[in-house]
Amino acid sequence: MIENFDLTMVNWARAQFALTAMYHWIFVPLTLGITWIIAFYHTIYVRTGSNEWKNLTKFWMKLFGINFAIGVATGIIMEFEFGTNWSNYSWMVGDIFGAPLAIEGIIAFFLEATFFAVMFFGWNRVSKGFHLFSSWMVALGSNLSAVWILVANAWMQHPVGQAFNPDTARFEMKDFADVVFNPVAVSKFTHTTSSSMLLASLFIISISSWFILKGRHIQMARRSIAVAAVFGLLASGFTAFTGDEAAFENARHQPMKLAAFEGLYKGEYGAGLVAAGLINPTKQPGDQQEAFSFEIRIPGLLSLLANRSPGSFVPGIEDFVYGNDEHGIMGAGEKIKKGRMALANLDAYKTAKEAGDEAAAWEALAAFNENRDFIGYGFLERPEDTVPPVALSFYAFHIMVILGSLFTLVCILYLFFSIKGTLVRQRWLLGLGTTMFFLAMVASQAGWIVAEVGRQPWAIQNMLPVGVATSNLTAGTVQTTFFMFLALFTLLLIAEIGIMAKQISIGPEED
Amino acid sequence: MIGNLDYSTLQHLWWLLCSVVGALFLFLNFVQGGQSLLWQVAKTGLEKDLVINSLGRKWELTFTTLVLFGGALFASFPKFYSTSFGGAYWVWILILFTFIVQAVSYEFRKKPSNLLGSSVYELFLFINGSVGILLIGAAVGTFFTGSNFELSSYNMVTWTNPLRGLEAAFSLFNLSMGLFLVFNARTLGAMYLVNDIDFSATPDMENRLRKACMVNFICSLPFLGYVLVSLLLMDGYGIVDDRGTIAMVSRKYLANLLANPWLIGLLAAGLVLVILGVFITAKSRSRAGIWFGGLGTVLVGLAVLLLPAYNNTAFYPSKADLQSSLTIFNASSSQFTLTTMTYVALTIPLVLAYVAYVWWAMNRTRLSAEELSDETY
Repeated sequence: MIENFDLTMVNWARAQFALTAMYHWIFVPLTLGITWIIAFYHTIYVRTGSNEWKNLTKFWMKLFGINFAIGVATGIIMEFEFGTNWSNYSWMVGDIFGAPLAIEGIIAFFLEATFFAVMFFGWNRVSKGFHLFSSWMVALGSNLSAVWILVANAWMQHPVGQAFNPDTARFEMKDFADVVFNPVAVSKFTHTTSSSMLLASLFIISISSWFILKGRHIQMARRSIAVAAVFGLLASGFTAFTGDEAAFENARHQPMKLAAFEGLYKGEYGAGLVAAGLINPTKQPGDQQEAFSFEIRIPGLLSLLANRSPGSFVPGIEDFVYGNDEHGIMGAGEKIKKGRMALANLDAYKTAKEAGDEAAAWEALAAFNENRDFIGYGFLERPEDTVPPVALSFYAFHIMVILGSLFTLVCILYLFFSIKGTLVRQRWLLGLGTTMFFLAMVASQAGWIVAEVGRQPWAIQNMLPVGVATSNLTAGTVQTTFFMFLALFTLLLIAEIGIMAKQISIGPEED
Repeated sequence: MIGNLDYSTLQHLWWLLCSVVGALFLFLNFVQGGQSLLWQVAKTGLEKDLVINSLGRKWELTFTTLVLFGGALFASFPKFYSTSFGGAYWVWILILFTFIVQAVSYEFRKKPSNLLGSSVYELFLFINGSVGILLIGAAVGTFFTGSNFELSSYNMVTWTNPLRGLEAAFSLFNLSMGLFLVFNARTLGAMYLVNDIDFSATPDMENRLRKACMVNFICSLPFLGYVLVSLLLMDGYGIVDDRGTIAMVSRKYLANLLANPWLIGLLAAGLVLVILGVFITAKSRSRAGIWFGGLGTVLVGLAVLLLPAYNNTAFYPSKADLQSSLTIFNASSSQFTLTTMTYVALTIPLVLAYVAYVWWAMNRTRLSAEELSDETY
């Protein structure tokens, strides 16, 4: 029998994965975005031959290098953690999930690692053209790695192109194109890379604004901002568009997640989007309490977001937990029953196979096939277990959206005053601008929470809950490594911030 | 053509591909070897900077090869991934820790306000080069000596030793494998630094490096000898029938060598090349030793990784429950996935080609003291 593990250990394993992923995610979006902008600066330098552009390129490259090293350090642990802490997951879906990880290594990481050395140390070793080519290759390599890891992640959210093989008792790949061109993968990749580009633009805007406020490197800061504001504005428009697309995909494939984002317990026609609200912390599915202590809704907007139609029906959390016959939604309770039957039939099938009783095996297999789509639900205890943490999902989603809108406005203002040539005098905007990178970090981490917390309790949506995906470890062991990672990563983060701050205060070289 | 390959051929092919990546990783361990030599061969600040900057332009290649080794194993032998990583938890976590601290050390070491100071980052590099490689060697040793796990009928792993993998380091064979890799990495490290650095400002370091190459090679010999003799004499974990039953087979690895004489060829050619590389480096003024030592290490590594998997052998055997042992047949991905990944693997020659081109372009001129004034670690 596939066992459920000790819940305390599972939660520590989740905490450890969340910790390592969130630390990793501090560094990755900056790398994804800033590599393109640096390649662009580098191109201007090669085309103009201007030393100022060279110094500017080198300055941002240096900051990128510091960030990149720690991104690599936190990244290796992510790959191996699937094995160390989620070994049952690795076995049950490795046939599908391993492939994008290997491809990421072959196609993306080597590109990144090989050309990184040329980008940093090639100034006098290779031709100008090849050096510039290397900068573009680093940007391409980083973003290709995002393609593959997001293909893997999207597959966890919307597992396509696979089938459960009762003989090996694991999920196996049936169609590689389905896995790669998964609609969730497309929306995830475009949303992640465009928001990373926005974050990197805000990084440059924040530091450059600080320079202008301090009266240092003004020419370099203005040039940096001019490029970053254009990149940022384009990226913010694309982020909003792809974010809308991601929400639409959620409504198709993870409707429970969308309902949790909005704290929507009972489905509605013409459902409104919460513009601002406070979640009632004691609210449970099925009780009679209000979901919000306070809320302002924009009527019809959630229906529009979910179904592209403002009057349409958007199902709520309780519709999925208890079922809704009118809309043909099967409740989680019934799914759990079917899932348990599937698991029992799978056991019977394996036992009959081992005993060499072909007839009994065939019969058990037929019975298993009737309920095989619900196998993941068989591991859950109660229908309410299918509900993700609502408050965390709700706040993370809304913080992300509100900050995203603010960033668009800030980029417009920076671009406007850059074109007018009066940016240096807008001290209020420059003051606001210095905070933008930190807010972009908050939005970025919130986005990660939205994607990953919103899919609980599933490691693989509807197929494998986190409770059966872990390794057979004691809670104490995982706790120990959790604190080891916490201590080490925090130490490295403090060092990184110190080094980065020092390099910023030193500023770019000036001829 | 790839679409017509049968399952067993694909399983053999993917073990070969994983082994090639693993063997390349062992060659690229010259970075780790160089790190562990730092304090011994570099006596002044300039010498240290030269060593660190020379290795610092290659460390990511080694790191990425390790990441690819993990990814390739995950995609092609997921049961190994789940059993070994989830089971031998502590040994892998410690290995990973040594690589986490390595990754930041090059970038952070010389930067002002780096919190810990240069010597701590140098210590991190030493730990990665010594403890990291030792543990990797011990883990490779378990391919022959076996581990302590049981798999349920649903392939969930239970580790039966509370040390969770660290017990591997207490076997003389595994320890010898680890120490051999450490000394071999140091031998290669010395060869690479001799190849890459322009010693006109630091002539003493060149002599120290050339000597270190020989000394570390000699240190590696007893461990290599013990590993090779043990391999010829020890019993191994063989697949003894069509149902995949595992049993202890007397002198299994000797039998594997005799059944595949080309493995003996790989081993012998590899060893000769390494010896040649050592003598070229230590006894002449040539810089070319790394090419012989590197290729030799790849060939030896390949033989060592193929030996426990081919010829109906369990590559990740369980001492606790023989029938839980992993073979390339019971641990692999499905035929569909292996076929798909084989198409992807067609891009590997392209990757190797641009890696080689960039290596050539970046190493055309040796790293000199003057260059360190700009863009350094």
